[in-house]
Amino acid sequence: MDTTALAALLEVRACRQSYHKDTNVDLLVLDDVNLALHTGEIVGLLGRSGSGKSTLLRIVSGLLRPTAGEVRWRGAPLLGPAPGVAMVFQSFALFPWLTVQENVELGLEAQGVARAERAERAQAAIDLIGLGGFESAYPKELSGGMRQRVGLARALVVHPDLLLMDEPFSALDVLTAETLRTDLIELWSEGRLPLKSVLMVTHNIEEAVLMCDRILVFTSNPGRIATELRIPFAHPRNRLDPAFRQMVDEIYAVMTRRAAPPAAPTVLTAHDATFATPLHPVSTNLLAGLLEALAAPPYSGRADLPALAASLQMEADELLPLGETLQLLGFAVLEEGDIRLLEPGRKFVHADTDERKLLFADALRAHVPLVAAIRRTIDERWNHRASAVRFRDELEDHMSPDYAEDTLRTAITWGRYAELFSYDEEAQQFSLDNIEAPA
Amino acid sequence: MSSTTHPSLAVGRRLPNAFDLAALLCVFAVVIGVVRVAPATFKPIAAAGALAVDLAPSHLPEYALRTTLRMFAALALSLLFTFTYAPLAVRSRRAGFVLIPLLDVLQSVPILGFLSFTTAFFMGLFPGSVLGLELAAIFAIFTSQAWNMAFSFYQSLTTIPRDLEEAARSFHLTAWQRFWRLDVPFAIPGLVWNTMLSMSGGWFFVVASEAITLGDNTWKLPGIGSYVAEALAKRDLGAIGWAILAMFGVILIYDQVLFRPLVAWSAKFRFEVTAGAVAADPWLLKLLRRTRVLRLAADGVSDAVGRLAALPLGGVTGGASATPQRRTRMGDAVFFTIVGLVVALAVVRVVDYITANHIGWADLAEAVGLGCITLLRVVVLIALASLVWVPVGVWIGLRPAWARRIQVVAQFLAAFPANLLFPIFVVLIVRFHLSADIWLTPLMILGTQWYILFNVVAGASAFPGDLQEAAESLHLRGWLWWRRVILPGIFPYYVTGAITASGGSWNASIVAEVATWGHDKLVAHGLGAYIAQATDAGDFPRIVLGVAVMSGFVIVFNRGVWRPMYAYATRRLTLS
Repeated sequence: MDTTALAALLEVRACRQSYHKDTNVDLLVLDDVNLALHTGEIVGLLGRSGSGKSTLLRIVSGLLRPTAGEVRWRGAPLLGPAPGVAMVFQSFALFPWLTVQENVELGLEAQGVARAERAERAQAAIDLIGLGGFESAYPKELSGGMRQRVGLARALVVHPDLLLMDEPFSALDVLTAETLRTDLIELWSEGRLPLKSVLMVTHNIEEAVLMCDRILVFTSNPGRIATELRIPFAHPRNRLDPAFRQMVDEIYAVMTRRAAPPAAPTVLTAHDATFATPLHPVSTNLLAGLLEALAAPPYSGRADLPALAASLQMEADELLPLGETLQLLGFAVLEEGDIRLLEPGRKFVHADTDERKLLFADALRAHVPLVAAIRRTIDERWNHRASAVRFRDELEDHMSPDYAEDTLRTAITWGRYAELFSYDEEAQQFSLDNIEAPA
Repeated sequence: MSSTTHPSLAVGRRLPNAFDLAALLCVFAVVIGVVRVAPATFKPIAAAGALAVDLAPSHLPEYALRTTLRMFAALALSLLFTFTYAPLAVRSRRAGFVLIPLLDVLQSVPILGFLSFTTAFFMGLFPGSVLGLELAAIFAIFTSQAWNMAFSFYQSLTTIPRDLEEAARSFHLTAWQRFWRLDVPFAIPGLVWNTMLSMSGGWFFVVASEAITLGDNTWKLPGIGSYVAEALAKRDLGAIGWAILAMFGVILIYDQVLFRPLVAWSAKFRFEVTAGAVAADPWLLKLLRRTRVLRLAADGVSDAVGRLAALPLGGVTGGASATPQRRTRMGDAVFFTIVGLVVALAVVRVVDYITANHIGWADLAEAVGLGCITLLRVVVLIALASLVWVPVGVWIGLRPAWARRIQVVAQFLAAFPANLLFPIFVVLIVRFHLSADIWLTPLMILGTQWYILFNVVAGASAFPGDLQEAAESLHLRGWLWWRRVILPGIFPYYVTGAITASGGSWNASIVAEVATWGHDKLVAHGLGAYIAQATDAGDFPRIVLGVAVMSGFVIVFNRGVWRPMYAYATRRLTLS
């Protein structure tokens, strides 16, 4: 990365974050991440949920110390939350028992700023961010958009050099989010924000292209920076500008290319996934819905992902797991920002409910080793029962407990839908109760 | 008013484990230690004039005031304890290992059984002075209040949302600032609720602890409790009536002046960020907000508290917390060796005491047998109270206009010390020559049944309207409606109420299974009577044995019955 021109405001070097597992291996969340932030730029960390971008943001903020590597803030090693760095949270993280004014003043209070100056600066930040008149309101009286404005004012009031934003608009509805984005960019372009640089985490591709000067695209498992893109457009940006669309398409292509497994998806072998491949927690209804949408006009079997996402009102972060799951099951394939329906997928669309279940069951047995292994274990047991706990334990050897839980839940839901097994939540036990003899 | 989780339910462990046993042993080793010192210091106080109790009703206001002051002194102590014990248990992993099981055991121990020890102990500290007695009474109340408050605070501290914690850290709050800006506010709703429960329990104990009989000596500390004890001894029914009236007044005042405003104020600290239905402000809060002078005073107080909270005391909580720290093995080894030594010492003490006082298997069997009788009473009482109050609570809870009014009444009744009403029952039993074994039993649940009622009311009023409508449109009626709709809907609330009721009943058995009316003495068979009689006789080994057996019953009952039920309720009967 370019470190010769200007001394970087913040530097992350060879950063690694692993999740410690006492059994055997450490699970890598972030691997070999390098990053430099310079004065005057907005940088976006773009990636799927679970790609470690939020972890990186917490490392940069000093809330989390990396397992290996170094973070330097204004030339000195970062050892804790640094003064001069402020954070905006996805969930706003407002203190419900403090008023807007008190929330905004909190950081100044911690710095020991005198009362009069505190009030003055808080008022300035409140006015800047468009919260005037709401000073005495409690967070629960405000709409989501107003709450995030409080979050912004609270971060800006301490006059930080670096503003960190963790998916700041993802908890807001579309219109509110857009207003907040444009307001923020306007203030930034006019130089009215007391900031030198902004680092934001997002999973929304258009948001990143709309706001950032530089985008770092993350891959998952472990999190790595796959690509770095410069966005050359001047503010304010137009989403409908062909160059803007082109950039969005390009990023989609990058994200699907990286996510696709290396094996050729048309080959029906069980090697696409292993026992411990994390499964995306997507429902069978969504999968069926997406297949139907793909098969129908105007797509008729092939769709451009950004266009599909727009028409289904989904974000990349929601659509990509669906696409990948279809690819895993051999129902569709992802190619350079497109998704293409395969023959098994087409059959599925035209089948009735019972046939769909059979097709789904075949796909699961062929391509999802975890589900296949569960069914095999039940078949092998004399009482046709198996405990879910051992599968969870086995998964936890390869991934974090949260992922293991998600993956197992997904396998259970899919297996139940395909009527490969039934599951007793209370006893955490798989069985063949209510399941007809294996076809 | 919605209810919060009962503190002891939130901890994941179910069956008593080694830590509980260790904690239990340590508690009893300390008790035994106190007991050994106590008898030697018994003699001093002769019945001085300061301890005379006059039955004239004109003295009641003064007595009521003294009793109330004791309550608040104990409450202050309990808060202090809460604010130190819980943070210690949370911040230090090692301390947590020891402190949490200890707290769990302490809150299961029937405190009334300890009254005699602590009285002896404090009188030993201040021989010949009323101060010792006062401290003993305050300590007794403290022990009835502190545990569940500390538990509630501990629970809040462990469930602070991560984003708020990160916000506090990223804005560089110091440990002190964080405590007052984040920890305490977040804990306030639960803490206020548990303080109310504690106060209710406290009235019961203050009444019991003012008149202590130990062996041949009886001490009466001026107050409502000793007034009643005196009235009982003199068979003065009129005086008992006056005492009940006075208590009624006191509770009404403290309920209106302290807790209504406190509960309304604590709603501000509820974590749900969404706006919900807001109950009307109680009159005192309105007064406070509308009256200029009072408002200025209140602002002054909150301003001072704010300044105090903003003091930059303590270090800034650092950033390295999230990386798994390399556990300092050496420190752990040293720590657990010390803990092991303390437990071993406790074992030696307990064994030593048992052998020295010739407590044999026969004594244990007797106590356990009597414990089973008391257990039967508790179970039957809870079942009967549920049979009565669940339908009533559901009926009320589904009618919002009623629910609000009844809720206040039920909370008030729960706060009323039921032991003041005992004499009325005793008189009836003596008059009609009823069986003490059966008719003393209802006294145990007299004060605690209201917890079932108001939790069920809370559950029924929180029952989702759309589910009610769905049930109606499906024409669910009668038993089917109860079984499929409302009972599962209120079950988590019911369990919360029932566990409080059952815990209270165990405690009450010590005063309820033995009753006196002048020279008539009614005794029911049970562990409570066993402890009470041992106390009267000054038979320390038996008191220890009785209290230990009762603690065991309560712990096993909580872990074996209530906690699984509660876990089931939250897992199965709540959406999301």
